[in-house]
Amino acid sequence: MKNNFEWKYSPAPESTEHIKIDPRYDLFINGKFVKPLSKTYFETSDPATGKMLASMAHANEKDVNTAVLAAKTAYDKTWKKMPGKERGKYIFRIARMIQERAREFAIIESLNGGKPIRESRDFDIPLAANHFSYYAGWADKLDYAFPNRTPKSLGVVGQIIPWNFPLLMAAWKIAPALATGNTVVLKPAETTSLTALKLAELIRDCDLPPGVVNIVTGFGNTGAALVNHSLVNKIAFTGSTGVGKLIQKSIAGTSKKLSLELGGKGAHLVFDDAPINQAVEGIVNGIFFNQGHVCCAGSRLYVQENVASEVITKLKARMQTLIVGDPLDKNTDIGAINSEGQLKKIKDYIQLGKNEGLEIYQPECGIPTKGFFCKPTLIIGAGQSSRLVQEEIFGPVLSIQTFRTIEEVIEKANQVPYGLSAGVWTDKGSKIFNLTSKLRAGVIWANTYNKFDPTSPFGGYKESGFGREGGLHGLQPYLSF
Amino acid sequence: MEWNHQQFPPVDQVGIQERVARFITRSLKKETKSKALRLALSMIDLTTLEGKDTPGKIEQVCHKALHPCDDIQGLPLVAAVCVYPIYVSTAKKCLENSSVKVASVATGFPSGNVPLNLKIEETLYAVDHGADEIDMVISRGEFLIGNYNFVYDEIAAIKAACGAARLKVILETGELSTLDNVRKASELAIAAGADFIKTSTGKIQPAATMPVTLVMLETIKDHFLRTNRLVGMKPAGGISTSKVALQYLVMLHETLGERWMTNEWFRFGASSLANDIVLQLGKERRGVYFSKNYVSSD
Repeated sequence: MKNNFEWKYSPAPESTEHIKIDPRYDLFINGKFVKPLSKTYFETSDPATGKMLASMAHANEKDVNTAVLAAKTAYDKTWKKMPGKERGKYIFRIARMIQERAREFAIIESLNGGKPIRESRDFDIPLAANHFSYYAGWADKLDYAFPNRTPKSLGVVGQIIPWNFPLLMAAWKIAPALATGNTVVLKPAETTSLTALKLAELIRDCDLPPGVVNIVTGFGNTGAALVNHSLVNKIAFTGSTGVGKLIQKSIAGTSKKLSLELGGKGAHLVFDDAPINQAVEGIVNGIFFNQGHVCCAGSRLYVQENVASEVITKLKARMQTLIVGDPLDKNTDIGAINSEGQLKKIKDYIQLGKNEGLEIYQPECGIPTKGFFCKPTLIIGAGQSSRLVQEEIFGPVLSIQTFRTIEEVIEKANQVPYGLSAGVWTDKGSKIFNLTSKLRAGVIWANTYNKFDPTSPFGGYKESGFGREGGLHGLQPYLSF
Repeated sequence: MEWNHQQFPPVDQVGIQERVARFITRSLKKETKSKALRLALSMIDLTTLEGKDTPGKIEQVCHKALHPCDDIQGLPLVAAVCVYPIYVSTAKKCLENSSVKVASVATGFPSGNVPLNLKIEETLYAVDHGADEIDMVISRGEFLIGNYNFVYDEIAAIKAACGAARLKVILETGELSTLDNVRKASELAIAAGADFIKTSTGKIQPAATMPVTLVMLETIKDHFLRTNRLVGMKPAGGISTSKVALQYLVMLHETLGERWMTNEWFRFGASSLANDIVLQLGKERRGVYFSKNYVSSD
């Protein structure tokens, strides 16, 4: 019998009917939602449909001040004095409540951020809960984590997070800060604040002492007010290198501690002795995960020349099977680009590739006519000096170059301002160890890509920032000795 | 040509498992599901390979192959009936004038531990009695000690004995222990002329699994990219539900594509899968599942 029908997956979207999103959200300060002194609100929408989801408060300097004062009072009166064992119980409770409401968080994350439900359900939300439970465990063991060094908490921590992993980044920031005995003022990204506000509701419901975690929504000026507030003892920022540099400038000369997790341009190396079919899968996962809105994305592919044509042929074939579309559909591999501005930026880079006369490949898949979508894209043969190789695109765009010798590829891999992540595909263990010591990147994956675990530190070299999040190392930026 | 262990591309087990995890979350519903189930039914090698088989049992299985469920109209027939060599002529008589092929296991199935001349003789016997397809087993003992040339030569010799019959080579992946070995054995079988590569005899656990099948499909794909020659795939053993069969078809479609989506190039070696598909298709028509009492168990 011949297969005489079109093989097509059936839409399987998550229902949003049971999801409760308020029309308007206020600022979460001192354990309550309070109206902003600024009296202004802004709207947040679903990037896949353009539909307005909610409006939220735009915190100004006065609002940030209220939040910081609440955090300061909570630190002095309650949190600083609380034994680590008790702090740990609260953090465990947050972890459990995220797990209980995982489905709700996953759907809101996909609605507001555009990422496929497969990722928010299987990656973002479970990992966020894991971060809380992992750091809850450290809360009463800090003396053992740093023997003979008497670790002390810092005070009020200002945290600013990006839009690519909204809840996960909030977890990465809040969990270690609370475990080490600090209180928090967190500013989520303006396009994706919904899950942070849902987290605020959850924190309120779990009876965390008021003021220990405060969440203020807003734009760049909100973040600036937080950075410049004199009672803030530490700033933790994840976002673009440009903003990271501004933050570093503004706190120069103060005693504030700083940790930055900034941009990246991950080198992904494929050697001729690699398991090629799995390497192709790793390449796809490395660059198209979360539409390429990943600071550690493997966005520069270096393939050894004798397997280049095989890898590129297989990569193109694999890309034909990727499904771009409704983020809430469980079949979807690539969801919506987070904002109109970001989509334009990505398209400008693709245009640049065309202007440079490079081969551009996109699969024949359809994309929705509404919303912000971009096909997965290969740009083949860009020069090392090209902006396409040097700059972070933050979209589903992969530049491909070939190399002949290992010395050559190490040099090329290191020849960018960033140093966050790298990946290596080879069947030879000795080659992996040789490369991990020579690639200047904070995270290096071997024969896999984009693997995360709360126990493993994550952070960058060079213009990708400093300070580590995750693992034992992730406690240090929140402690003084 | 001399074979040695360095000639085979490596396989990454973690990568294979992650890829498989992606296939099983694809969704097929309604009309596509119905058509996919019919396709799966048409790909079945209805199998009975038991010591206690009788001519009567073979006739029953053949009847089932020709009449999967007369209650549901327009059902395709299964691809083949798979039996031991002594029952080939019985099956052939039952299936004459139908599209259903007769497949015979041979070469000392399931262990394969008999000398090559007897394997050839057994193959010739099955073909002479009307087998359209031969399911041979490789010598796992020789393979595992690294005697790849022995394995290759043996497959090539059986292929020659098959004549016009199509040759399926059973790797018995449950005894090969690593995915790297599965890749090696697949390469050897394809190079030696296999028309199909097949996972298992069904006598050893684990039988067919999705990771193992994916490694074999990738070998077929790589061979096709090099030579433009199609090789078929047959996972066998342990695939007993429609749901799992559909997951295999998703994997087949995303790995090899449209050209393999036919029973000329893909088979399920299964005994109870056909029943489950009939139950599913019956549910579509009636809106409810009917009792298993309505489907014969053979």
